[in-house]
Amino acid sequence: MSLQALIDHTIHLGDDALILGHRNSEWTGHGPILEQDIALSNIALDLIGQARNFYQFAAERMNAEGIVFGQRGGEVSEDMLAYLRDVWDFRNCLLVEQANGDWAKTVLRQFFFSAYQYYFYRELQHCREKTLAAIAEKSLKEVTYHLRWSSEWVIRLGDGTAESHDRMERAMGELWRYTGELFLPADCEQTLAPAGLTVDLGTIRPFWEERVREVLKEAQLKYRESEWMQTGGKQGKHTEQLGYLLAEMQFLQRAYPGCEW
Amino acid sequence: MNENKTMNPITNPITNPITEGDVQSWPLWEVFIRSRQGLDHKHVGSLHAADAPMAIENARDVYTRRMEGISIWVVESRFIHASNPDEAGSFYDPANDKVYRHPTFYDLPDELKHM
Repeated sequence: MSLQALIDHTIHLGDDALILGHRNSEWTGHGPILEQDIALSNIALDLIGQARNFYQFAAERMNAEGIVFGQRGGEVSEDMLAYLRDVWDFRNCLLVEQANGDWAKTVLRQFFFSAYQYYFYRELQHCREKTLAAIAEKSLKEVTYHLRWSSEWVIRLGDGTAESHDRMERAMGELWRYTGELFLPADCEQTLAPAGLTVDLGTIRPFWEERVREVLKEAQLKYRESEWMQTGGKQGKHTEQLGYLLAEMQFLQRAYPGCEW
Repeated sequence: MNENKTMNPITNPITNPITEGDVQSWPLWEVFIRSRQGLDHKHVGSLHAADAPMAIENARDVYTRRMEGISIWVVESRFIHASNPDEAGSFYDPANDKVYRHPTFYDLPDELKHM
């Protein structure tokens, strides 16, 4: 196995969680109702917690191998991975960086991603990389709730009023094309999966499809077959959305390096 | 879902702020949490939700964030009937001088603890 593949993959998992966590945190203080504001903020914190676990593990491995980060040298830290990398260094899926839009788009994005994360972590907890397995086991409980919460919202809005249904349809149109990438293995995953060090994405895809089909049906929304899928996030080719997100998320550490409060 | 009763929760807070009327159309629920196995469910507060499953999830998100509970009950506030504070006198005062209702006149053996 290649150590670089393990580091790349771990950072990819951290990026997915961090970027979606940040997107969700943008709702804090703006939720449609206080209780849901708190619900989505809780999910944001769960995801950022997962990101920290992955980044800490990646940083630990990089330091152990003497891998240098950027031009600064010295020890790599979780904060450096989150705050000091630019758009093309991030390896998150395009789905998670998409702008929040309205509540319909936010809950649908969460549903697609939580369904993926649920089956991914369920497998990852049995993988041969012990730290990844431990992170997956801990995160699975959180994600189980995210999936339940987002499924209920997708059904509630899809099978709700004429307006809520229209908004879900629009969200489907905006987000569906980013779901294919979830199951497209990056180079690092093709190296690790055969060795049992991460999940073979092909094996969890049927579970995701079945779950999504079920929930969309209950929500009176149409499952879309064989549409063209957008890709590139896992190779560092992102939509323009990510740059704006990083500009806001990284501003403080960029303007005041090492700042703490 | 019932179109008349359910508010549409999709909201852009700037162009489409939630008004008092919207929130009113989500009923109020009372939340009871059991903090440990063997203890009673205790009333912890109230919240708004469209239906019972959402009320339980909202309660989970609002009231159990710091490991306060292992079980949640919710009940719509309108189903709770309360005694009238104006009748407190006739309800509770008569118990004041009925000392014989307290089991304090028995001699208990020393071995008996926690009575």
